Amino acid sequence: MGYDIIVLGGGPAGLAAAVAARGRGKTVLVIGNPWRDSPLAKAERVDNYLGLPGRTGAELVGTFRAHAEELGADFLTGRALSVMAWNGFMVTVGSQVCDGQALILAPGVVRQAKYPGESEFLGRGVSYCATCDGMLYRGKPVAVVGRSKDAPLEANYLHGIGCQVTYVSAREPEGLDRAIPWVKANKLAVKGTQTVTALEADGADLPCAGVFILREAVAPADLLPGLETEGGFIKVDRAMATNLPGVFAAGDCTGLPLQAAKAVGEGHVAALSACEYLDKRKEA
Amino acid sequence: MLVHFSKEGFDKALSQGGLMMVDFWAEWCGPCRMLGPLVEDLAKQYEGKAVVGKVNVDEEQELAIRYGVMSIPTVIFFKDGKEIDRKVGVMPPNAFTQVLDSNL
Repeated sequence: MGYDIIVLGGGPAGLAAAVAARGRGKTVLVIGNPWRDSPLAKAERVDNYLGLPGRTGAELVGTFRAHAEELGADFLTGRALSVMAWNGFMVTVGSQVCDGQALILAPGVVRQAKYPGESEFLGRGVSYCATCDGMLYRGKPVAVVGRSKDAPLEANYLHGIGCQVTYVSAREPEGLDRAIPWVKANKLAVKGTQTVTALEADGADLPCAGVFILREAVAPADLLPGLETEGGFIKVDRAMATNLPGVFAAGDCTGLPLQAAKAVGEGHVAALSACEYLDKRKEA
Repeated sequence: MLVHFSKEGFDKALSQGGLMMVDFWAEWCGPCRMLGPLVEDLAKQYEGKAVVGKVNVDEEQELAIRYGVMSIPTVIFFKDGKEIDRKVGVMPPNAFTQVLDSNL
């Protein structure tokens, strides 16, 4: 019947939030990419985390994760595709729908600017969800812009259901079906008239009816229309509350410094605020 | 009451000319399933004022093609048989009620 708290992001902020919320007896679901992909997990050596100097980033995140697991937080690996605030919060991850009563955003920083034409043609050829929209492009040429680890798998899926896929990325993809042509390109733009007609890749047009843009994460402001941001970061108060009721944020997504200690502290505060929000609502 | 439209049912409802809100969706689409309960709720809320229905794009591909549905969920609003607005993707409830209320 749904969770008390859904946490988006399984890095230090999200895991600290999960631990704090479990400490208050709340049920918690943490949705995120595999923890080994978090920026901290890639740090060779971290010397400024209180009491635990000289660890690798992977050791730290692994320890944080184990702590949250021991306390009974649930985990779901995947990317949150969309969020709806209605009778609490519903979150889509792939084809799964999860629901909770409060939401903590801890997705880190999404350092990917939109491509020219991307917003303009969203829903008119631009899609962020291969499993949702792939069937609508069967037999048609589509471009997959691979900006995430699992993008080749989604390209393979589109190929499998009968789309004519071209894969576009800056680096050679791993796990891409050999039958799918790969175009190496950095500078991209979506072009079209009423709907998409081509993806411009480093100056050359790839004619296509659809462009699937697959990133590591959907930016929080795209997930939650109306979420206030400032200079690309989510705006929060000292309780880590955002401008939306029941939505809290913690970690790199709220601003500098991008440090584990700051993320952990904020995650803790965000969770306590979320618990307070839930308890108050219950009383009302 | 939520109407699950076939092509024939859809065309008949459209020819009657009232205010319609139609959710184009499919079983395999997570965001569509998330929007589903909200659409059902709106169907109840606007009972007698607007026809609220769903079109499964897997079963009714012709309708999806006719209206150029390229991403689901897509919600299209009709009045007097003509499209007056559309919302692509998951939106908060007021995105839909605003369109309905201003066209009642």
